[in-house]
Amino acid sequence: MSAIVITITSGKGGVGKTTTTANLGVALAMLGQRVLTIDADIGLRNLDVVMGLENRIVYDLVDAVEGHCRLRQALIRDKRLSELFLLPAAQTRDKTAVSPAQMVELCDQLRPDFDFILIDSPAGIEQGYRNAVAPADWVLIITTPEVSAVRDADRIVGLLEAHQKGRPNLIINRLNPEMVRQGQMLSTEDVVEVLAIDLIGIVPEDKEIIIATNRGAPVALDGRAPSGQAFRNIAGRLLGQDIPFMPLKASGGVLDRLSRFFGG
Amino acid sequence: MARKAKPEAVTIKGTSEGLVITLGEGSLDAVLSEMKSHLMSRASFFVGGRVALRVGDRPLSSEQIESIGTMIEEFGITLWAVEGQHPTTIAAAEDLGLETSVRQLGAQHQPAQEHIPLAEMAGIVVRGTLRSGQAVHHAGHVTLIGDVNPGAEVVAGGDVIIWGKLRGTVHAGAMGDDGALVCALQLAPSQIRIGAHIARPPERGRPPKFPEIASVQGGQIVVERWGKK
Repeated sequence: MSAIVITITSGKGGVGKTTTTANLGVALAMLGQRVLTIDADIGLRNLDVVMGLENRIVYDLVDAVEGHCRLRQALIRDKRLSELFLLPAAQTRDKTAVSPAQMVELCDQLRPDFDFILIDSPAGIEQGYRNAVAPADWVLIITTPEVSAVRDADRIVGLLEAHQKGRPNLIINRLNPEMVRQGQMLSTEDVVEVLAIDLIGIVPEDKEIIIATNRGAPVALDGRAPSGQAFRNIAGRLLGQDIPFMPLKASGGVLDRLSRFFGG
Repeated sequence: MARKAKPEAVTIKGTSEGLVITLGEGSLDAVLSEMKSHLMSRASFFVGGRVALRVGDRPLSSEQIESIGTMIEEFGITLWAVEGQHPTTIAAAEDLGLETSVRQLGAQHQPAQEHIPLAEMAGIVVRGTLRSGQAVHHAGHVTLIGDVNPGAEVVAGGDVIIWGKLRGTVHAGAMGDDGALVCALQLAPSQIRIGAHIARPPERGRPPKFPEIASVQGGQIVVERWGKK
């Protein structure tokens, strides 16, 4: 086994990097993959909270890098999926506690034990971002359909090109089909037209995500939530499956609500 | 305190031989302080370039040339030539190992506003899309095959030709050439500057579906459909 290292980044904050990392981790593990998620947001850790594993942290990434513990000791097994692990960030340190070279070395040590290593990048383009991207075989860029997020995503694509990190794939998060239909939100086509990179997923806006995040139970575990289905579809595409994009219908209609009421 | 230099005592141009700074009349201190403010106002544009100094018949000692060189280097530019008629100046420049003539230049004294024809100025061709945060700066003409995305920047001493969508910021004739042109397959910049002029497209305008060309006409930037008679 030699893991593929995938870094999830966005430039802009608050567009869903951590949520995406947690959900892709869950979805890949549900598909039988052995997965490690790494929180590279040292000093502002979140991934543990979103995955509901905060109270199990003993050692963290910085402890492992600095040799305060063995690397295996810092890995936390997920409470629901036995093939899913988390390497949490340190909360009391900052981005400079780790270097890009150390991140590469860390991932190289872990590669033999996993199928996928997902790295949750911090926002920005400074050292935290560079740490997260350095070991990546593949980069997923998250954006929301907002001009500011797309602008930052474009900056990231440019930086990745300059560092010859290969072609990243794009995930558009929090798309609201109704607003797109009314011309109030950038459409998938608008975003792809500017960024000119291949789309690997569209995640609809979904209040279930907020509920799931607050519960520490990623939405991909939820069989019914449309956003959960979107993340499971992305996981399938990461495994090379040919999964068509979900039809994006405006949700909230009477029929839609009825069908969900009847467990559809 | 030196008396104030006459307006246009200093002109800065981009040429195929790099920047050429022409020092006009006035006391040396005043002329140099004007040069400094010129350089400062466009500091980032000049970084990494080289400059030739044209001093006319002004006598300059090697100490004076050296101190000008130091001043210029603060902007990240290297002095490589001093061109003057006075024997003292020529001897001083030779002592410092600098060139004493700028080759391949046309008229001896060119005012900054004069347009340099395309054939006389070097250009570069850039392939690929410029993304947010990326920039192309060049003293001559710039041709870019690809898009210029919002947040990207093209600054050229001469014309700017974008074979793609221009949605970022563009500055043609950045060293004061109002005769410079900007054209693009889709001309929808967030801001456009030509020479000393600046314009932005209307707030809610739709991007054009045909190539357009922008130039300065009657003191303002005018955009026209390409090929329109």
